[in-house]
Amino acid sequence: MKIRTSVFASFIMMAQVLGIALFLRGFFPVPVKSSVPTKSKLSDLPAEPLAGGQHNTSRLPEPLFKRVVIMLVDALREDFVFGPNGRANMPYTRHLVERGSTHSFVAKARAPTVTMPRIKALTTGSIPGFIDVVMNLNSPALLEDNLLWQAKAAGKRLIFYGDDTWVRLFPKLFMEHDGTTSFFVSDYTEVDNNVTRHLDSTLKRDDWDLLILHYLGLDHIGHVSGPRSPLVRPKLLEMDDVLKKIHGSLVSKESEGSLPYLLVLCGDHGMSETGSHGGSSEPEVNTPLVLVSPAFRRKAGMEKPGVVEQVDLPPTLALGLGLPISQNSVGRLIPAVVEEAPLRDRLRFLHLNGHQLSCLLRDSVADHHREVGVEQFRVAEKSHGGWMKLYLEGNTSEVLGNMGKKVLRQYLEALASMSSALSKQLGKYDMYSMVAGMLIVLQLLLVLLLAMPEALSGAALVDVPVLQALLSLPFYLLCLLLASVHVLVCTSAGSACYLCSLSWGLVFAAVAFASASLCVLVSMATRRIPSGPKTSKNGGGGGGSGWAFSELDVLLLAGTVGHTLSLAASSFVEEEHQTWYFLLNTLCLAVFQDVCRKYFREQRRPRGGGGGEGVGDEADEEEEEEEEEERFFLSPKGRRPSDLSQQGGDPRSRERWLALATPPLTLVCCRLMRTLNQTGVQWAHLPDMGHWLNSSEHKAVLSLLAALSLVLIYFLIQRRCSLVSKIALALGLLGVYSYRAAVGNVLFPWQRSSQHVSKGTLEARFVYVFVLGILFSGSKDLLRSQIAAATGPLKRRGLWEIYSGLVLLVALLFRAHNLPVLCCCLLIQTLMARFIWKKLHYDAAQTTIMHCWFGQAFFYFQGNSNNIGSVDISVGFVGLESYVEAPAVLLTALSTYAGPLLWAGHLVCYLNSETHRTPVALGHGCYCLALLRSVPMVAYVVLVTALRYHLFIWSVFSPKLLYEAAHTLLCSALCLFLSAMEQADAGKP
Amino acid sequence: MWDHEIKAMASSHAIIASSVFMATVLPAVFIQGFSVYGTHLLWLYSVTGAVSVINIAVFWLLGISQPTKKNTISYKLSRLVRSCLYLLLSCLFYHTVVVLYGAPLIESALETFSLAVLLTSLTTLRCLCVLGPNVQAWIRVFSRHGAMSVWDTSLQITVACSLIGAWLGAFPIPLDWDRPWQVWPVSCSLGSVIGYLTGLVVAPAWIHFHRKQLTYKCK
Repeated sequence: MKIRTSVFASFIMMAQVLGIALFLRGFFPVPVKSSVPTKSKLSDLPAEPLAGGQHNTSRLPEPLFKRVVIMLVDALREDFVFGPNGRANMPYTRHLVERGSTHSFVAKARAPTVTMPRIKALTTGSIPGFIDVVMNLNSPALLEDNLLWQAKAAGKRLIFYGDDTWVRLFPKLFMEHDGTTSFFVSDYTEVDNNVTRHLDSTLKRDDWDLLILHYLGLDHIGHVSGPRSPLVRPKLLEMDDVLKKIHGSLVSKESEGSLPYLLVLCGDHGMSETGSHGGSSEPEVNTPLVLVSPAFRRKAGMEKPGVVEQVDLPPTLALGLGLPISQNSVGRLIPAVVEEAPLRDRLRFLHLNGHQLSCLLRDSVADHHREVGVEQFRVAEKSHGGWMKLYLEGNTSEVLGNMGKKVLRQYLEALASMSSALSKQLGKYDMYSMVAGMLIVLQLLLVLLLAMPEALSGAALVDVPVLQALLSLPFYLLCLLLASVHVLVCTSAGSACYLCSLSWGLVFAAVAFASASLCVLVSMATRRIPSGPKTSKNGGGGGGSGWAFSELDVLLLAGTVGHTLSLAASSFVEEEHQTWYFLLNTLCLAVFQDVCRKYFREQRRPRGGGGGEGVGDEADEEEEEEEEEERFFLSPKGRRPSDLSQQGGDPRSRERWLALATPPLTLVCCRLMRTLNQTGVQWAHLPDMGHWLNSSEHKAVLSLLAALSLVLIYFLIQRRCSLVSKIALALGLLGVYSYRAAVGNVLFPWQRSSQHVSKGTLEARFVYVFVLGILFSGSKDLLRSQIAAATGPLKRRGLWEIYSGLVLLVALLFRAHNLPVLCCCLLIQTLMARFIWKKLHYDAAQTTIMHCWFGQAFFYFQGNSNNIGSVDISVGFVGLESYVEAPAVLLTALSTYAGPLLWAGHLVCYLNSETHRTPVALGHGCYCLALLRSVPMVAYVVLVTALRYHLFIWSVFSPKLLYEAAHTLLCSALCLFLSAMEQADAGKP
Repeated sequence: MWDHEIKAMASSHAIIASSVFMATVLPAVFIQGFSVYGTHLLWLYSVTGAVSVINIAVFWLLGISQPTKKNTISYKLSRLVRSCLYLLLSCLFYHTVVVLYGAPLIESALETFSLAVLLTSLTTLRCLCVLGPNVQAWIRVFSRHGAMSVWDTSLQITVACSLIGAWLGAFPIPLDWDRPWQVWPVSCSLGSVIGYLTGLVVAPAWIHFHRKQLTYKCK
């Protein structure tokens, strides 16, 4: 069956997306959950163990605390309190830590260190899976068993002030609440004043039991200007004052006889040296946990705080308040907190915790009997029973004390090993789904690669032997084999596989698809083999049928392969932008060499044919540098004989100099954009232009830069639009500026200061109207060109208008300091298209690869990194009053992938443009796009499978996997669009 | 065909290569605390100096560069001045390229410029020695099929190798291994010197094994 290259490529891409989806489903572990989706109840609690078992009570120890105040400071890093500067940052807190009756710990948060998963961890005690971050955007009510629900069920009265994530997570649980949105990251005073303003009245009252305060300001400061910002210390001092106020009021309310209070100061996550968070570096993970209560022993001096897990807090609070521990909690009681309680209570607390953990272990681990922790717990429970018997008999000897201590130790050991077993369970992969997904994408990639000579041939038709494959015996045998493997795996491995939970129809479709693609692969491979020796006889290299590689081809090939290989190292994944910048620079220099060769060599003497071929290959990207050098020296002298006479208005020489200037200009642009956003991990803390521009004293510069960029964007984009679209574009760009002014990023010249900051909803919607208008007019042209015959210009204009609508939308979504990136993107595109790609006769494949490289580099130029934390979620709210899921996700995705999208969009326009037009350009472009995306993607899938026990798998490799998957999805959509364009062309005579 | 020239080239390359080794070893004897990583700039300058001096001496003695027609003092002087100018321009050019590649602009300008000087001494100086300050000849040699003698071919190979070495040397910088050779510009200068040495070894060998295929047009 012969199909066109573009159809073939887009089909492969779509199938790959499915395969990757399957892989991702297997890769990201399902969180540990109890099998019964109910909540723990007091009546379900186990009885106190007692040997002999006569009057077996299920008595709970008295709660330790009456009222609890949890003060959660977003992004409070451990060293802000315990570090050397802690005394200056938070003097009162430090005083309490050193002299007061407190316990202080360093609480380790788990990756992903993002607020919502951390709130979930702090309330449920479970460790939310990585996939929770992706779902971070929509936070529906938390249905799992959690501390707050338990408190409410026990009749406690809850009050909450702070980040409204809590209100969305726990609707109707709070007696009183005031949620503030963390909407404007640039606002770091209002968010906290909104919390503190309720404090005085609330602290006076007596009608609450649990008060939760969530302060966002510090996190915002971190995001805007990092942990070393001068804003941090005043903010910490403010937090210290709040703590002092709460503590003072709690102390004054303290009365004899009643239970003591507990004040908890904690952070949900830390912040990295750049002020962002999301990864698992030490400063992001380590948060302080300070517990203040008169029930504790007074401290005599600064001690090194012990290390606990963040999830240890919820069971500790639950037991301290006399509540059942929530079902899915994997934390364990912090023993220091109950130090002062009677031994019987302490043992009972540990017993309750251990029982809950063993129940969870029973539900989530298949062979829980073999777990060491469960066994230890059983032994400890038995000796606890023995101890209880002695205790109830009134034994008060030293033996009892020693025995009790032994039981305590046994319990602690059991808790530790059960907790770690549960944590390990979280890192368990569904290997069957992963391998199945991986094999599918691997097969598809091989099919794609094997089709290369046909796909890039002049006909751009690929012969896919589907029918032969489907009718062959091996296909049916393979189906049978795979089906039996499936049955075997599913019956033996238990219930953890996703594939096994699928319905039979789907599984059979997958099996049939896998075996069909394998048959196709084999038959294509056998077709290649006999032609192999023939070509190697006449063509010297391994390139196949007479492909002569130029230096540029070598560079493009080596760069793609090298980048794919570099993904194996975690540092290269973290610093991937460096790889792309480096490759892009080299590409520009190679292009420069080509330009120089064209304009200097050809006129000097016609190219000498024959001669030594090999030297040129050796000196691939060096020549360009040398030659560039020559140009340097040549410019004054070499021009003299021929050009000086006709220097005036000769368009050819002007064009020549512009063409020569384009690559250096591109290089300079890239270098400047590089300083705009520092990304990555190692050097992300270095000051960059983006921060400088965003600081309030440089607002005027930012305004000027943004305005200039917008004007330039208009001039670059309007050339090929219709008149109506031109006007719409101008108004739209004006709207973008006024939106930025309304949000408070930039200033109007007549505006002296930005007093009132609004959400800019009206302005944003104004722009949306124009975006939609331009897109509509573009698609109208496109559709009309389909119906009418021979309307090349109409189609080109339609495409260009769709592209310019996209540019307008991106201009709205980009932050003000990123507008120059957009501007440079358009500038480079225009120059390259006019002077380089056309003039130097690069073919569609080369142009596509260059577009892909530029797209990748621009992905990082705009400030993205391979860290989940760098996704700018606030984009999802542009022009919306409240959170609406579908547009928010779409807008965020659009602004994150703006760079690759814009370059791909330009590719579509360029390949459709008239002068370059060859009938198969679109097909070749589509094929290269698909190939360039699926090679790194498939390699990465294989790598991640191999490195699944790597130390950095959750912090470095899995965010990158998500990025790659999203990019692949985007790319397959683009391939579909390209093949649709080609289809429409082919339909016409 | 050019057995004599290949032999001369091999021996001259051996001398240059040994000079690089000497430039690494000798200062360690005389200067306290000299090491390639620790006092990197010092090593860099010593290699630069040694390579320059030996290159000039060897090529002057061999008399590779084309005999000049005019033999007046002023002509020689102008050639000298032009050579110096080219060297300076080449340093600036390399510096610009390295900055465009992402080296910090102000912070470690000295290190960057030292790298540029090293690269100049490894590449441009050799060009000057072989071809003289003659831009037309440079363009000819560095465009495809432009070599006219074994010396041109060897020049192509060594220049290519040292630049590829510097290019590859930049790759380990982002790795978080915290090794002394990852500090800017150690890996790049090491890479270029290693590439240069490789080029010195490879050039005669390559020419020797390809002497059947190589054809040079007459000048």
